[in-house]
Amino acid sequence: MKSLGSIRRDFAPWNDPNAKPYIQFDKVTKKFGDFTAVNNLSLTIFEREFFALLGASGCGKSTLLRMLAGFEEPTAGRILLDGQDLRGIPPYKRPVNMMFQSYALFPHMTVEKNIAFGLKQERMPGSDIEKRVAEMLKLVKLEQFAKRKPHQLSGGQRQRVALARSVAKRPKVLLLDEPLGALDKKLREETQFELMDLQQELGLTFVVVTHDQEEAMTMADRIAIMDKGEVMQVATPAEIYEAPTSRFVAHFVGNVNMFEGKVAEHTANATRITGATGAEIVVDNGGKAAAGSDIVFAIRPEKIKVSSKKPADAVNALEGEVYDVAYLGDMTVYHIKLDDGQIVRASALNASRVTEDPLTWNDRAWVSFRPDAGVVLTR
Amino acid sequence: MTNIAVTAAPLSAPPAALPARLAKGFVNRLVIIIPYLWLLFFFLIPFIIVFKISLSQTAISMPPYTPVLDFSDGISGFLAGFRELNFDNYTWLTQDALYFNAYVTSLIIAAISTMLTLIVGYPIAYGMARAPATIRPTLLMLVILPFWTSFLIRVYAWIGILKPEGLLNQLLMSLHIISQPLVILNTYTAIFIGIVYSYLPFMVLPLYSSLEKMDYSLVEAAEDLGCPPIGAFWKITFPLSLPGVVAGCLLVFIPAVGEFVIPDLLGGSQTLMIGKTLWNEFFSNRDWPVSSAVAVILLLVLTIPIMFFQQAQAKAQEQGR
Repeated sequence: MKSLGSIRRDFAPWNDPNAKPYIQFDKVTKKFGDFTAVNNLSLTIFEREFFALLGASGCGKSTLLRMLAGFEEPTAGRILLDGQDLRGIPPYKRPVNMMFQSYALFPHMTVEKNIAFGLKQERMPGSDIEKRVAEMLKLVKLEQFAKRKPHQLSGGQRQRVALARSVAKRPKVLLLDEPLGALDKKLREETQFELMDLQQELGLTFVVVTHDQEEAMTMADRIAIMDKGEVMQVATPAEIYEAPTSRFVAHFVGNVNMFEGKVAEHTANATRITGATGAEIVVDNGGKAAAGSDIVFAIRPEKIKVSSKKPADAVNALEGEVYDVAYLGDMTVYHIKLDDGQIVRASALNASRVTEDPLTWNDRAWVSFRPDAGVVLTR
Repeated sequence: MTNIAVTAAPLSAPPAALPARLAKGFVNRLVIIIPYLWLLFFFLIPFIIVFKISLSQTAISMPPYTPVLDFSDGISGFLAGFRELNFDNYTWLTQDALYFNAYVTSLIIAAISTMLTLIVGYPIAYGMARAPATIRPTLLMLVILPFWTSFLIRVYAWIGILKPEGLLNQLLMSLHIISQPLVILNTYTAIFIGIVYSYLPFMVLPLYSSLEKMDYSLVEAAEDLGCPPIGAFWKITFPLSLPGVVAGCLLVFIPAVGEFVIPDLLGGSQTLMIGKTLWNEFFSNRDWPVSSAVAVILLLVLTIPIMFFQQAQAKAQEQGR
């Protein structure tokens, strides 16, 4: 069975028409004066989903999160949580908790007091609070730091305290605003997996805001790519990467080569595309674009093969010369200047230590790819 | 091998030239010496003179106290004068209840005024710190603006407001809120009004600086965790603004204890404060030694809160904030 990407997914309520949405943004607009931060946005998130809002700074993703937490009210539209309209409910009455980008740990309280803060507001009995705090400290492996103040902790430890504090009340939804933004690269990678484990263990719904595509790809069940207050695409990481629906998304996530062209004709199971300079590309998923319409063919670098001779069985092969080569260890990146002047980026995995077909600067070279290697974009 | 030798050479770079380092050390010390010299000449030496006068006796002479220590009679004359010094004036202060009452009243008035200033100043500072960043400098300017006018004139203006036929009474009577003019001038109430008005900027500025520094997401975090806004204020905002509260209170309390102008102009003859007592002792009685003793005791009384202040500051710094 063929599947996009490398992971088979058992958790996919978004494909189930009977699944009940948990969080619903219904035509939500948020304006700050003249500036529209979120524009008529609709979005559905399911229970126990790890959902990521991905976008550049200023795209409205944090505003969306803050509206869910109750710090901002939508200018128009509704936000529903488990069927309940959240309008007018103040932050301290919402069953959601947020982990702040700055962590927002109370500097005058110890680690355990920070974690206990939310529980005390609930008027939970003292012995239960103690038990829950101990449980949370164990969960984030900070038992021996219970009596420390936040300024006596490292960045990674503070991040874990913030996490423990925000999940201590067992919220229906945990909101995470750039949760790993302040950590260094190595710690960030470790923590990504810790967060995923934690989400599985607690069975909570996570909504995370991030500008780091790798972070979103690693952790999320689904990603919403945002731009200028609008959602460009909502899909699984594999769909976002392998089947982007727009140039923006294709460009935003990973590297991509774009070929401008026109749909020449549709045949039974293939579409012929004529490039701007006359080169032809045949794809088997040209789908919806009408014959004669302007389109863009997008293909990822690792799906392009580079060789010194034209491969005999190639459906799509374009000739050019090697413009740049970068050896990165695990792979080699080629920039091939096609004869029509376009530069194509191709990457080859260095699966063996020696290569049969070495290429260097200014060599003649062919780039080839399968008919299902790229996507046709109409917008 | 030769490679290693070549790369090793620049590692042992010669230390910075010695004279340059000495010159830098000298400049650093000079910078520290200037304030110390200032304190020596304009605080410590005058204080020693005042302290010496407080150990002398009054006399009808110029200056009005004996003995005047000088070396014109040689060392033996100096020592003879030195032996005449004693703590009689301090004993005198304990025997006359007037002084004790004046000190206690001053401390109480200063403490109440400090509380009132805090109550009035906190909302102002909070409002300023939460105002849009673009208008904060203007608000700050407005707080400092009264300093452009003489302190004396501003206190004098309050006489015009508070007196029986003054602006306040005229306003209240024209609004038919009162039928008889309120007696505010020449009471302790007038002193409180004067002190709160005059010292408000000294309270607002340190409060503002500590509130403005505070990360507002802490309050949002508290609300997010289920704490209503009023609770979040008392559990988060107020404790975190304590360094500002302490600084502001000391900046108001310390000068308020020794305040002379406000009780003299607004408090009339019925009110008792140590600053006024000191002035009377000095200018009316011309008893320099006793007034010096009053001043020395006042300084001691005030040194204690300053020490508390410094301790609080050191503690805040140790917390790294």
